[in-house]
Amino acid sequence: MSEHLSPKSVYYSIFAALMVLTVVTVSAAYVNLGNFNAPVALAIATFKATLVVLFFMHVKYSSRMTKLIVVTSLFFLLILVGETMTDYGTRGLQGLLEPLQ
Amino acid sequence: MSNAVAHADAHGHAVHHPNLQHHFETMQQQKEASSLGMWLFLLTEVLFFGGLFFAYLLYRMWYFEAFAEASRTIQIAPGLINTAVLIGSSLTMALGVRAAQTNERSATVRWLIVTIFLGCVFLGIKVYEYADKFEHHHVPGPNFISESPWAAQEQIFFSLYFTMTGLHALHMIVGVAMMSVITWMAYKGKFSSSYYTPVEMAGLYWHFVDLVWIYLFPLLYLVERHN
Repeated sequence: MSEHLSPKSVYYSIFAALMVLTVVTVSAAYVNLGNFNAPVALAIATFKATLVVLFFMHVKYSSRMTKLIVVTSLFFLLILVGETMTDYGTRGLQGLLEPLQ
Repeated sequence: MSNAVAHADAHGHAVHHPNLQHHFETMQQQKEASSLGMWLFLLTEVLFFGGLFFAYLLYRMWYFEAFAEASRTIQIAPGLINTAVLIGSSLTMALGVRAAQTNERSATVRWLIVTIFLGCVFLGIKVYEYADKFEHHHVPGPNFISESPWAAQEQIFFSLYFTMTGLHALHMIVGVAMMSVITWMAYKGKFSSSYYTPVEMAGLYWHFVDLVWIYLFPLLYLVERHN
């Protein structure tokens, strides 16, 4: 149950944090981090998404059932991406599996 | 509670909250059921957008140079402004739900109207961006023009750009329509601190759409900007 009433200050703080993190995202894109530009961008986006889910969407104060559904959605997303990647990620290996002459 | 009493008389059974449906025991159980349904819907939305994000991820790994090149042609400013607008609309949405929780009817209506307004600003900027892409021939198809040797792969990027931002914008349009109905209901005094579930559920949807954009912005606008 989300009978919990968040103080307005919580919402304003989360808003400020999301804005700051947006500026950080853009700034980080202009710095050459080698292979880490994409992971950094995704990490910041995921942190922002977590703030939205926990505070704006009240999951922090929701029932365990709601929390379970949130985690389940991430689990199924992992299956979707992970399992499909086992196909696409290993297509180049096909030649190795053919019998030797 | 004269409303509730009249309702009880009409049915010939115990007094209950006028918004309590007969197949629920308590208001709390009813609300938990709504919340469960909404989150299950959002789960399907995660997978709906998840498939597109996966397609993006795969093509980005295969044709990174083309994606970097195509992404650099997109103006950052409108995307950045839209990110701020959408985060702002999530704030006003959260404050709207809060006002409903605390029984402030006019504040609820006011925050919801601001939320709808910000949603429309987002869509307006999106229209400008799309028009800009048509003007510069960055729309995949026979009129696509690119100097790059990766022209074919750049079209894959723009196909994903239009599909993902298009479906996101469609969600925004649905959100604005839904929020208009909720605002009207709030204005008519349909909600109170003991019953504001529709405001809260519409809010969950709105925040989810914001959440999708939080990922779309860096992935589409900022592929490789450091050279």
